[in-house]
Amino acid sequence: MASSSEVGGSSADYETMMSTSDVELLKRAWRNEKAAPEILQYEGALVERAKEQIELVEETIEDYVENGKDPLLVSLYQMDLDRTQFLLRSYLRVRLLKIEKFMFHNLKSEEAERRLSEQERVFATKCADDLAKHFEETVLLKLPENYQSVLKQSQISEVDDMVPQPHLDTFVVCRSNNFVSLNLYEEGESPETVEMERGDLYFIRYKIVKGAIESGQIDLI
Amino acid sequence: MAGQTDPHISLFSPQEVEFMAEDELVEIVPNMNMEQLNFISGDFGRFIPQIPTKVPLWLAVALKRRGKCSFRPPGWMSVDNLTQILEAERESQSTFQALPFSYVEIARLLFDHAHDDIPDKYMVRSLVEDIRDVRLHKLETNLGSFQGTSAVKISNVSAMEVNIVRPFVRRALEAFYKHDKPEADIDRDTRSSRQQREANNEPRRPLRQR
Repeated sequence: MASSSEVGGSSADYETMMSTSDVELLKRAWRNEKAAPEILQYEGALVERAKEQIELVEETIEDYVENGKDPLLVSLYQMDLDRTQFLLRSYLRVRLLKIEKFMFHNLKSEEAERRLSEQERVFATKCADDLAKHFEETVLLKLPENYQSVLKQSQISEVDDMVPQPHLDTFVVCRSNNFVSLNLYEEGESPETVEMERGDLYFIRYKIVKGAIESGQIDLI
Repeated sequence: MAGQTDPHISLFSPQEVEFMAEDELVEIVPNMNMEQLNFISGDFGRFIPQIPTKVPLWLAVALKRRGKCSFRPPGWMSVDNLTQILEAERESQSTFQALPFSYVEIARLLFDHAHDDIPDKYMVRSLVEDIRDVRLHKLETNLGSFQGTSAVKISNVSAMEVNIVRPFVRRALEAFYKHDKPEADIDRDTRSSRQQREANNEPRRPLRQR
């Protein structure tokens, strides 16, 4: 059931990839999602696989119970199932929380929109529409004309300043899986780098490690 | 409810940290026969009496509670090792000794459910508590000496400890960063007299007292 398999391959990456079970991947995705200030890429394939495995185990448990198999065994399988279900549910819930929090931003920004799953996108659009309608009916239509936009403070605003954006400058705790060297400051400023060995823990600004998280080199804790 | 930790207090609740620690492998000695378990999280078993085997912590605790196995305490939990670590922790003001990332959770679960499998359990327990105290105290004092930087290295801090200091450190570092950043555009000469400027020259500072 677990997709863990043989040891082999020369580089640590290959080994880690081959021997990481779906549950570990899900745990990693859950942890990263919880710790990151913005929404991360939806792990569609992982979620699908996890759902399948969960359904399979649920059926197996039902079989076992009907056939009167050792109740200890059944309860252990049930525990494993509960743990995996918790991970999956929590992962999806955290994402929903973030979608609700940054609703308008997620729909506006293409990058963020790409990270949502199909259902999440539907949810987000409907939610945003409802919220916009609610604002308009209760408050905005009663304001003078220049101030009636949901997204902008007034007609003269150049940017959508009524849209809360995720704080990418938040500090997060991360651990690196490989040796990685990162540019500490943004383009144009002094290029200081920080080098992380495998297994080091760092408090660091999210923006700096964002790319490395997506590529899997760094985990959030 | 799953996933409803209040993000303003702390990202992860202690229970969630424990949940993550429960996947760590520990060694048990079963006292019964059981077939291999094909879990979603992996395959474990077969279980043969008196033959030690490695299982995740949550499984080990479940089996122990039903009286189906006994624990082999992990190597780092011996009185000798812990005494050594405690002394080393007390000596150094700025570095932390290498301990398993989830040592707090593992120790706590073992004490709760398997204390009869631990030799010198009272000694071990008091050592672990002392180590926890020393480390937490060290963390607190080191927090007072923060400068504003973009990255702070914390080596060998365990999961629970990270979770405890995380909210404070986040806000502190964010405040530093917020106040540091606009000053980079202002006259650089006035910087030298201000303490915070030290930080920008050492972007990576280990947690150290001045």
